[in-house]
Amino acid sequence: MSALFILIGFSLLAALGFLIAFVWSVRVGQYDDDYTPSVRILFDDTTPDSKAAPKA
Amino acid sequence: MRNVLNTGAAPVELDEFQYDNKIVRDFAIASVVFGLIGMLVGLLAAFQLAFPQLNFDLPFTTFGRIRPLHTNAVIFAFVGNGFFAAMYYSAPRVLKAPMWSPLLSKFHFWGWQLIILGAAITLPMGITTSKEYAELEWPFDIAIAVVWVAALVNLVMTMLNRRVEHIYAAVWFYVASFVAVAMLHVVNSVALPVSFFKSYSWYAGVQDALVQWWYGHNAVAFFLTTPYLGMMYYFLPKAANRPIYSYRLSIVHFWALIFLYIWAGPHHLLYNALPDWAQTLGTVFSIMLLAPSWGGMINGLFTLRGAWDKVREDIVLKFMVVAITAYGMATFEGPMLSLKNVNAISHFTDWTVAHVHVGALGWNGFLLFGILYWLLPRIYGRSLYSNKLANFHFWIGTLGILFYAVPMYWAGWIQSAMWKEFTQEGLLKYPNFLETVTQLAPLYFLRGVGGTLYIIGFIVMIYNLLMTALNGKLIATETAKAPALSAITHNDPQEHWHRRIFERRPVFLTIMALVAVAIGGLIELVPTFMVDSNVPTIASVQPYTPLELQGRDIYVREGCYVCHSQMVRPFRDEIERYGEYSKAGEFVYDRPFQWGSKRTGPDLHRIGGKYPDSWHYNHMDDPASMSPGSIMPKYPWLLEDELDTTTTAAKIRAMQTLGVPYDEGFDQVANKDLQKQAEKITESLKQSGIKTKSDKEIIALIAYLQRLGTDIKAGQGVAVK
Repeated sequence: MSALFILIGFSLLAALGFLIAFVWSVRVGQYDDDYTPSVRILFDDTTPDSKAAPKA
Repeated sequence: MRNVLNTGAAPVELDEFQYDNKIVRDFAIASVVFGLIGMLVGLLAAFQLAFPQLNFDLPFTTFGRIRPLHTNAVIFAFVGNGFFAAMYYSAPRVLKAPMWSPLLSKFHFWGWQLIILGAAITLPMGITTSKEYAELEWPFDIAIAVVWVAALVNLVMTMLNRRVEHIYAAVWFYVASFVAVAMLHVVNSVALPVSFFKSYSWYAGVQDALVQWWYGHNAVAFFLTTPYLGMMYYFLPKAANRPIYSYRLSIVHFWALIFLYIWAGPHHLLYNALPDWAQTLGTVFSIMLLAPSWGGMINGLFTLRGAWDKVREDIVLKFMVVAITAYGMATFEGPMLSLKNVNAISHFTDWTVAHVHVGALGWNGFLLFGILYWLLPRIYGRSLYSNKLANFHFWIGTLGILFYAVPMYWAGWIQSAMWKEFTQEGLLKYPNFLETVTQLAPLYFLRGVGGTLYIIGFIVMIYNLLMTALNGKLIATETAKAPALSAITHNDPQEHWHRRIFERRPVFLTIMALVAVAIGGLIELVPTFMVDSNVPTIASVQPYTPLELQGRDIYVREGCYVCHSQMVRPFRDEIERYGEYSKAGEFVYDRPFQWGSKRTGPDLHRIGGKYPDSWHYNHMDDPASMSPGSIMPKYPWLLEDELDTTTTAAKIRAMQTLGVPYDEGFDQVANKDLQKQAEKITESLKQSGIKTKSDKEIIALIAYLQRLGTDIKAGQGVAVK
């Protein structure tokens, strides 16, 4: 039974920690732009290395 | 100290750098080659259950040694190398930086392949710790840790040298995978070496079981799930050429997933001799896991909204859609199996086997196939050799999964129902365990057919990819251009070096990921180790005799735990069938624990004293002679091979170091004690008309089996404080 009290106390502590982390992440701007990164990876802009590519 | 965009008018200069495709190709080849071997070994194991002759009466090919080879090969060689191939392709492109150290990449590649080679040699030799998916002995454990950390360092350094401000979520999943597996592997592998190829687990009994399944479950989480989610987040948008459905969801579900997953381990030990509070925690967190797991599935499937016409045409997307669907099914089933009332039916049966194979064949296999069909043509500069063959692979593979899973679900339900069925007189309807096994033979055969179909598809893929490669030419490096990170962001030139290293986001992210995964482990492991009342001691439980200890190591070597549990759950049918249910205090000298996870044969925890010594002797020589129709392999070499007693003293000393209360100096006289007990068993065999010598391995194994679960009878199971 005593495990229960420890666990309840700990859960509240962990929840508080996550709340603080969430508020922090919003305030430093981590959610300012949650669209661009998903589009940016679609563009690669690479060219095969001239040395490796077969010379036609 | 927020980084802000540099809005200066001067055009920024572009760095030029190369992506290495060779390492990607190498990992892909390793994945496919080892994958084929691992699946063929799995096929052999599958058919062994239908046709026991396929064990070939050889030590190296028995099911108990083959099954760990199969699981290790498909998890660490097939899925692992597949992840590395995908990571070495996607991470540099996401970060706009080549891998930090090509040397570390090479070290990672060759180190990993050498470890796999070592596993392929040592596991069939019976060199094993018997901890599932962590069977490799301690020298390999150290090698794995070194190679793993090298790869992590390479990835984090690449992140520090990136040319984009924001790190795309796929890489978050990669980093979390590395960090979590490093933690799990190191903690679970702590052991005391006795010789170069033998060690004893640092933990005993209940603690060992908890640490092992904390590891075991999260090997699924952080080796089979998070890396592949990362891969999904990169390759699915690329293949569909559209952004992920919700990038915000990917971030939220990342943190939720890695935080919740780590707690779920105890659901592998429901109704076992684990403290109730730990079992409940495991169940509760497993139920909660449904949310982030389905968050990932929804994010994947919704990415294709409005593009389902593409799925009809594009073979890559077809594979990915089945993969994500399989992921969704497996992650729905997982929480259901974690409910105690469902687990009471499913645990120890083939239901679990069906469950993991939906994940492995569907999610891991199909996602990787989709990625390989996308990737190989790109790095070989041509289109896929044959779309027709790829389509054939898709359909035969999907059929293979169905033919695998359905018979195994069926087998699980049938067997569990038979175990639990009572007659109207209140007796077990099927008191002979074997009846519940022979019933499954046709289903085991069908499962083998499913596996065969899947492997045929796999071989067709290898041919298709090989022809693609042969008709193209490897683009060993690709050149890319991007402005340096310092050119697009503003950094304080005055900042100290420790700021640069420890407070930049990649390192912070890595540390936070470690914190998130460590919390659950700490809360479950620490109290189980520190609070004595979790493992009540039983006065009559004594350490093993030297002969029994040697016999136990033979039990471990032969992989008996693969098919036999040592855990009688507190159910009416199990107590009726096996005897008194297992208590936590009975396992305090078990290093490693041998609770098992599957009952292809009956539970053995109360086997001690159930049969005469001669029964065991004949049974190990030819199981069918004692149990007609048995599918257990024969172990004739145990009757021939001499027991190696040179290790006895070292083993006793190791056990003393670990806290087993043998008398001071017992190691010196241990072999005398061993000899005496061996003579006694030889004598009892002689009276049953069996002539053998006391120095054979079988004698030690009989000693161990006859001791199993008997201590509690001496003290009537009274718990003392």
